[in-house]
Amino acid sequence: MPTTTHEDHHDHKPQGFLNRWVFSTNHKDIGTLYLVFALLMFFIGGSMAMIIRAELFMPGMQLVQPEFFNQMTTVHALVMVFGAVMPAFVGFANWMIPLMIGAPDMALPRMNNWSFWILPFAFSMLVSTLFMDGGAPAGGWTLYPPLVLQTGSSFIFAMFAIHMLGISSIMGAINVIATILNMRAPGMTLLRMPLFVWTWLITAFLLIAVMPVLAGAVTMLITDRFFLTSFFNAAGGGDPVLFQHIFWFFGHPEVYIMILPAFGIISEIIPTFARKPLFGYTSMVYASASIAFLSFIVWAHHMFTVGMPLGGEIYFMLATMMISIPTGVKVFNWISTMWRGSMTFETPMLFALGFVVLFTIGGFSGLMLAIVPADFQYHDTYFVVAHFHYVLVTGSVFALMAGTYYWLPKWTGHMYNERLGKWHFWLSVVFVNLLFFPQHYLGLAGMPRRIPDYSPQFADFNMLSSIGGFAFGLTQFMFVYIVWKCVRGGETATSRVWEGARGLEWTVASPAPFHTFETPPDIDDSMVAHGDHL
Amino acid sequence: MSHSKDAYYVPHGTKWPIVGSIGMLLLMVGASNWLNGNGNAKYMFYAGLLTLIFMMFGWFGLVIRESQQGMYNDQVGVSFRMGMVWFIFSEVMFFAVFFGTLFYTRMLVMPWLGGEGAGAATGEYLWSGFDAVWPNNGPANIGGDFDIIPAFDVPLLNTLILLTSGFTITMAHWALKKANQKGLVIWMALTVLLGCLFLYFQAEEYIHAYTELGLTMGSGIYGSTFFMLTGFHGFHVTLGTIMLFVIMIRSAKGHFSEENHFAFEGVAWYWHFVDVVWLGLFVFVYVL
Repeated sequence: MPTTTHEDHHDHKPQGFLNRWVFSTNHKDIGTLYLVFALLMFFIGGSMAMIIRAELFMPGMQLVQPEFFNQMTTVHALVMVFGAVMPAFVGFANWMIPLMIGAPDMALPRMNNWSFWILPFAFSMLVSTLFMDGGAPAGGWTLYPPLVLQTGSSFIFAMFAIHMLGISSIMGAINVIATILNMRAPGMTLLRMPLFVWTWLITAFLLIAVMPVLAGAVTMLITDRFFLTSFFNAAGGGDPVLFQHIFWFFGHPEVYIMILPAFGIISEIIPTFARKPLFGYTSMVYASASIAFLSFIVWAHHMFTVGMPLGGEIYFMLATMMISIPTGVKVFNWISTMWRGSMTFETPMLFALGFVVLFTIGGFSGLMLAIVPADFQYHDTYFVVAHFHYVLVTGSVFALMAGTYYWLPKWTGHMYNERLGKWHFWLSVVFVNLLFFPQHYLGLAGMPRRIPDYSPQFADFNMLSSIGGFAFGLTQFMFVYIVWKCVRGGETATSRVWEGARGLEWTVASPAPFHTFETPPDIDDSMVAHGDHL
Repeated sequence: MSHSKDAYYVPHGTKWPIVGSIGMLLLMVGASNWLNGNGNAKYMFYAGLLTLIFMMFGWFGLVIRESQQGMYNDQVGVSFRMGMVWFIFSEVMFFAVFFGTLFYTRMLVMPWLGGEGAGAATGEYLWSGFDAVWPNNGPANIGGDFDIIPAFDVPLLNTLILLTSGFTITMAHWALKKANQKGLVIWMALTVLLGCLFLYFQAEEYIHAYTELGLTMGSGIYGSTFFMLTGFHGFHVTLGTIMLFVIMIRSAKGHFSEENHFAFEGVAWYWHFVDVVWLGLFVFVYVL
């Protein structure tokens, strides 16, 4: 029925908590659920990190038992990866993709609801393992056998929780792909899509390709533990190293699942505040696709010290280094976008700039880790910890912060407090470097990861790192406060919000009405954010 | 990209996803406690299973009713089809893990355990005298001696059965496209029958392996890969047969028209996928 007017539908929100939130088929409400859930998990996982940094504040054993320390490192990682970063990006996908391509909603709205509503149950199961006999899994989030098979009664709960997360992710990814390929408004051609949509299309493909691989690995762990199989037992003709191959075949694409949507967000923000179209749009698309392709053929750089044949080591080293080419294209394009732009530095732009600089540092340390002989020294040290926290915290999390500030006025209809936002950025960027930069030195000096005690020569840098950690953690309460204040009120946002903003999402009112684009919008060049024609 | 300028379709909210989540939680927690040795937890497991079955009846029923009322436009049909295709792709990757495990074990682990490569001394020292020839249950002879199932016996028969079922379901599709409802139901019934026949032979084969050949899931890496691959495939054939059965009933009820029969297509694609996986199994697990 194409004749219904907009006014009729805008405020037809379902009445009552259950109808509105639990039975929802609305991409905006489900996106909000994802984002709120991810924020909650960010603080739960963050509190575990605080326990880790508190124990590492000084040499010696102060606060916790070693077993509990290991549970903290393991569950912190699982919660942050599967509970905070991934759901947060899915929340952005839910909110923004339909708005950016002129679709009324996700392609499969009911399945979208189920994708989200599996998560709270899965994480209840996962976090409950902390209170079980023998505690939570403590063998690291990578679940290597035979160590992980020695976990107590919590083992099977954690495994099934991971299965549930996988089911949720696969359904979410199927939805994203179907939405992008099937729901674009006429005229929104593939090479006119915002880069955030492009990066999510590629991310969704990665998710569908590798989450079943993790499920297979976890299934084999379960059968080795409970059903007498010998997949990872050399005495029975199996091989524990096989698990590492399978895990990292999942694990390496997984790290790009957590960074590609971040690239997309940054590629939306920088053109807006540089007031110039994105430099090299098409090359950005190809670079994203190249990164995704390479992610499937580099996995064994996570396991150089496991005793692979020399040819394998050399191949995986060279293949890994190749990733720096498309990644370099991206960084080059972001910088070129800013070149001679009329730049302003609102909070989203500050976080985006922080992302470009600090993510690049994480990229460089990744390049160092790719070098086989060097990796023999760095492997399983704090250098690795510093590397992946630079790409995940100052990379993914900074992009999430940037994206939140960028689209918050569109979501809430209010401007956030710019002064507090800038404080949030500067405190975050100072303390996150105090937190993670010294860990490079600790790692190069040989401090191993996942160990609750250390020898005294590591004391100074660890204390600095812990101070940075506590301060960074506390600073994030500012974020909650700013978002909360913005939801409750504040200066009214215009529909365009930012002077330099382009793209379909800025053509609808702020806050975005409950239903948008009930009929496909007409797309003209002035409305699209990017494209070859610009 | 061309579709009509008609209004988009967005379905109304429903309770079925949350029912599914609760069912899944009951299933998983029940299974966890059961595996941890609490026998009573199996009731929780069954409760979860029933809840999930209830959810499927409710959710699919709702979608079928809406489809019958003509609420969906072509775009919805395309979304459903894309969903099914990408779901099958995820299943392909799931099976790829177990095939990969088989290849890795046979091509790399076996020679290494037998003393080839850089770890030759380890092989000699730890597993001296180990004969690394496939089929194998490892240096410790885990699970004891066993015999394997010959390929050109029941497995060959099962291959022919599945290939034939691929033919019959295509015939059913032709009948559907020609609006020949009687033919459709008959060909569907034949397909369901062939699925059941496959499962019967598979069950016989398992019983034979466990009771007479000494081949079990615990028979080292051979038993592990054999039962993981054929077991998950058999599980998928079971699901596929149930799906085919539902489609047969719906065909008899006249739910499908020549143009509008996504459910039929989705199940047919799934069945072909199961068929192709079996061909891989037949070659790599049984023949080679």
